[in-house]
Amino acid sequence: MHPFTLERPRDLPAALAFGAQAGRNDAPAEYIAGGTDMVQLLQEYVRRPDRLISLAGLLDNRVEIGPQGLRLGAAATMADVAAHPRIIEQFPVISEALLNSASPQVRNQATMGGNLLQRTRCPYFRDVGYAACNKRAPGSGCAAVGGENRWHAVLGTSEHCIAANPSDLAVALVALGASVEVRRAGGDRTVPLAEFHRLPGDAPHLETVLEPGEVITAITVPASPMARRSHYLKVRDRASFEFAVVSAAVALDMDGGTIRQARVALGGVGTKPWRVPRVEAALAGGGLDPAALRRAAALAADGAQGRGHNDFKIELMQRAIVRAVEIAGARA
Amino acid sequence: MTTAFIGQPVSRVDGRQKVTGAARYAAEFDLPRQAHGAIVRSTVANGRIASIDSAAAERGPGVVAVLTHRNAPRLPYSPHKGAVDPQVGERLHVLQDDRVSHQGQPIALVIADTVEQARHAAALVRVTYTPESWTTDITRVAPVQPTQQKTDQGEVRPPATRRGDPEGALASAEVKVEQTYIHPRENHNPIEMHATIAAWDGDRLTLWDKTQWVHNTAEEIAAVFGIPAQNVRVISPFVGGAFGSSLRTWPHVTLAALGARAAGRPVKVMLSRREMYYGVGYRPHTVQQVALGASRDGRLAAIMHDGYQETSTYEEFSEALLNASRFLYSCPNVDTRHRLARMNVHTPTYMRAPGEASGVFALESAMDELAVALNMDPVELRLLNEPERDEFKKLPFSSRSTRACYRAAAERFGWSRRSAQPRSMRDGRLLIGWGMATATYPMNFAPASAMARLLPDGTAEVTSAASDMGPGTWTSMTQVAAEALGLPIERVKFVLGDTRLPNAPVHGGSLTMASVGSAVQAACRKAREDALARGGANDLLEAVRRIGQPVEASVDTNPGDESQRFSMHAFGAVFVEVAVDPDLGETRVRSMVGAYGAGRIVNPKLTRSQCIGGMIGGIGMALMEHAVLDARNGRVPNANLAEYPVPVHADTPPVMEAIFVEEHDLHVNPLGVKGVGEIAMVGVAPAITNAIFHATGKRIRELPATPDKLL
Amino acid sequence: MSSDEITRREVLVLTAATGGLLAGGQLMWGPVSPAAAQDAASTPTPLEVMLRINGKEHRLTLDPRTTLLDAVREHLHLTGSKKGCGLGQCGACTVLMDGKRVKSCLSLAALMEGREITTIEGLAQGEVLHPLQAAFIERDAFQCGYCTSGQIMAGVACINEGHAGSPEEIREWMSGNLCRCGAYDHIVAAIQDAAAAPSATQGG
Repeated sequence: MHPFTLERPRDLPAALAFGAQAGRNDAPAEYIAGGTDMVQLLQEYVRRPDRLISLAGLLDNRVEIGPQGLRLGAAATMADVAAHPRIIEQFPVISEALLNSASPQVRNQATMGGNLLQRTRCPYFRDVGYAACNKRAPGSGCAAVGGENRWHAVLGTSEHCIAANPSDLAVALVALGASVEVRRAGGDRTVPLAEFHRLPGDAPHLETVLEPGEVITAITVPASPMARRSHYLKVRDRASFEFAVVSAAVALDMDGGTIRQARVALGGVGTKPWRVPRVEAALAGGGLDPAALRRAAALAADGAQGRGHNDFKIELMQRAIVRAVEIAGARA
Repeated sequence: MTTAFIGQPVSRVDGRQKVTGAARYAAEFDLPRQAHGAIVRSTVANGRIASIDSAAAERGPGVVAVLTHRNAPRLPYSPHKGAVDPQVGERLHVLQDDRVSHQGQPIALVIADTVEQARHAAALVRVTYTPESWTTDITRVAPVQPTQQKTDQGEVRPPATRRGDPEGALASAEVKVEQTYIHPRENHNPIEMHATIAAWDGDRLTLWDKTQWVHNTAEEIAAVFGIPAQNVRVISPFVGGAFGSSLRTWPHVTLAALGARAAGRPVKVMLSRREMYYGVGYRPHTVQQVALGASRDGRLAAIMHDGYQETSTYEEFSEALLNASRFLYSCPNVDTRHRLARMNVHTPTYMRAPGEASGVFALESAMDELAVALNMDPVELRLLNEPERDEFKKLPFSSRSTRACYRAAAERFGWSRRSAQPRSMRDGRLLIGWGMATATYPMNFAPASAMARLLPDGTAEVTSAASDMGPGTWTSMTQVAAEALGLPIERVKFVLGDTRLPNAPVHGGSLTMASVGSAVQAACRKAREDALARGGANDLLEAVRRIGQPVEASVDTNPGDESQRFSMHAFGAVFVEVAVDPDLGETRVRSMVGAYGAGRIVNPKLTRSQCIGGMIGGIGMALMEHAVLDARNGRVPNANLAEYPVPVHADTPPVMEAIFVEEHDLHVNPLGVKGVGEIAMVGVAPAITNAIFHATGKRIRELPATPDKLL
Repeated sequence: MSSDEITRREVLVLTAATGGLLAGGQLMWGPVSPAAAQDAASTPTPLEVMLRINGKEHRLTLDPRTTLLDAVREHLHLTGSKKGCGLGQCGACTVLMDGKRVKSCLSLAALMEGREITTIEGLAQGEVLHPLQAAFIERDAFQCGYCTSGQIMAGVACINEGHAGSPEEIREWMSGNLCRCGAYDHIVAAIQDAAAAPSATQGG
């Protein structure tokens, strides 16, 4: 690891005063909470902050559910949220996404805020033996385009970056229309999760809209009749403890056998958690018959671009949507 | 009191150490004043180091020394080839010149007080290269014939063999299968990363090392440094898995010794997981063409098996890719050809069931394709082509239990309920498939030595410089020793893993039980006989008490001429049930039954562990493992344990069975054992892909069978 | 890039095109900016850290970069916790933190103050093995033994969490711990045995 000074501020204002910035490799100071992704990146020299500011004990870790919806404190662990009985009951897609993530150990350590800020698994980003990575070193090129790219995104890519966002949780949350509460020295702001992550465009090193000195304090999910009838489906090479090849989060509002409203988002295929409004619209008003589902799911491929090894994801993600809708639709 | 321990399910004698964390592995023998080493590795596939600037690293806090080719001492690198080293070519020399032949080659070593300081200083070494043209795309390499290898025993592994008229027989065969099968590069990935602690005392060196062969490590390092082998002591009581990666003595061992000499302090070097993909070998990528010809009634008329594999530019590593195709089935017309694709990579090495694992994948896939083409049950096809003798070596088998294995495994599995048609078995949405394959691995037997020491108090210490990377050498040798001595097992202590002990052969090739076990048995018998004779008593305890001092017996055992008289192999059969999601392409193994004819089983408890462990390894090979070589530059982007998936708990089939068919082989070795470590890995991958075909009608000819290949 | 049949000029072009992907001809651990390189000569301020391990307090002076795993292995010489990747990908380093299983390689030691850490060395009660340790021996739930400490610590947590109800459940909840020898079937059996033992829900 690059040498850093470890700061352990007494309270959140003191932490904010350091002006650290999440998700940028050129940031001289960064925050650390659960640390499960940060320490990997420090070990491999992907991140080299001079200062690391610990958020331990400074952030809310409560899970609250009220008539307005769900509020997850940024420091709530993946394990605590996944096991929360009312989340299992009212927001199953969130619990399922979490239980399909990482390992029980990491779920005990990793936090909600950190989960949204985890960096891509793009192996070129994580191997500093490759100089070419626009996300790690702006302007250096992209080794994944034209390289081994089975792991990479097919949606939201640019010629500068095709790295996939690795979070399962974010896929479930974006489907449910979640928002991110952000605190900075001057006050709070709320950002819809759908606008929280940036598309790579020509600046893939900027992953989120967070500014220096901003920290995620909570995630809110609006109450919705759909959340109860939701499902997270994850396709992977081995049976557990692996990032998604492709995943789909689905939430449905059903009227008998008819879909009144649907929310659908994809993981493993997008440069950010990828909601597919056109699929949602096509599902609304229809039933659960396979042909209709396939027609709706096909709209997810809009704008998708394979790079060779990951071409299969364009087909697989449609099938994942169909399956996830079928499973959610069959839920009481 | 019983002293019949061979064949008993004895729990591991080192179990308590392992479950309490007390067992110490190579990196855990910390010494006073010990410093830490970190290796700087190349980022070009071929070329020369143009400049190397270590000034910033040298200024780093805690840095003791930075060694590069410019300041490292020139090492003698005297000739030395162990049985585990490729016989053609020369091992990689480290820090001796400016040449770089592959990615990840060690080009500098930093020594610092702490591991954090050493790793960081390594990141401060600035290197520039003059790249030269390189070869890292196996699809664009013209494979070449290996250099003819003459050894003392003759040509152990001929690169090409031929009998009959294979082309003619194939051309006129009524039914044919001709296909190409691809096996990607796989890494051993033992959970313990390779590590060495080196400490000099004058011109004597002690190494605590992760090794499957302490004596070879001592000899290799002695040759590298030009010192007598007896000046090098290697200690390795526990090995945290290896599967072949610790057979050879890799450059980091040399670097640890070099660093310790330069620093004047003991030095510990532990590789990172990423480094494990750049310096301790791997199972090579192989491309194999198999052509089978058969009569309409299923008799094999021709087998042609042509395979090539990657190797480095500096050594010719070749594995027994085609061996099984030469004798597994009865066939008058057989042609096998083995070639090498020389690339700018580091030398591959033996990995669990080297050669057989990949070669039998191709052969047994083709056999399944032939069974489909013949509309014949795959077991029936194999029974029909069962040879009476080894038609390649023209020798009888010392024993061959294939028929018993097919029968036992098929019965336990319930094979008779199989519906032959692909896609004909379902469980809800999932397609169910049943597949099988044959397994084989040679019985290896090497010279070994052991010493038994009976003490007046009626206890015994038995020693041999063997290794235990997991199969249970500590335990099985204790059993053999206690039985031969006629002592209760608690009174016998077996010690291994130290060059101060009698010579043992390499812990690989499934030969430890046969070789070390025979030596241990002989030494113990001799000690017992000597004690009884000298003590003048019929009771051993009484005899040693009377003698009043230790009774020692050392024995060297050597194979006889049995390999001239018999073809000696273990055989087995693997039956598998898979469930494939036809929409999402996910395959999960539900049931796996292996039956093995592996001679005498010394400890059924441990042997079952080894077998089901090999099956898990086979699941990895079949469904997920693939060290991706970036063809553009020779790096391995997924050099970790997240993007290189290995099986996890959840991949374990709910049903796993290992059956050992009764086999009394009087010819193989005094203990009558064949070893099971390797054969457990053989046949698993083709049984799985054959089951996938049965489930889906899709033939996977390129491993691993990931969802993208099944959409 | 197979360059057997291509000309020297093409090689240079290829070098420019694809060699550029690599770390500028730099080192494996990647280029460090000149500013960072200069800065690196400065020593990170060592931290006084009080760690509570297996019920005992240890005052250590640690580099801020030291992980909890390296602190116990390299500084306290409690080598029962194993390093298999240092990246949270294998589980061999699993310890209990305030009774919950965590990967000690992913925690900075300096941030573990005030936590109660239990390692494999703290599991047995004197000479009496924890029921899961005993079950591991009885079921032969390991081969090389290197992942074993992590498997046992994770297994103890798995039982305490109530995730040892069926083999399938155990397999899912133990999937953060790799075993390359493939002892999974026996590990699950051992966890089932220990879960059924009267005194299993303890230890950490």
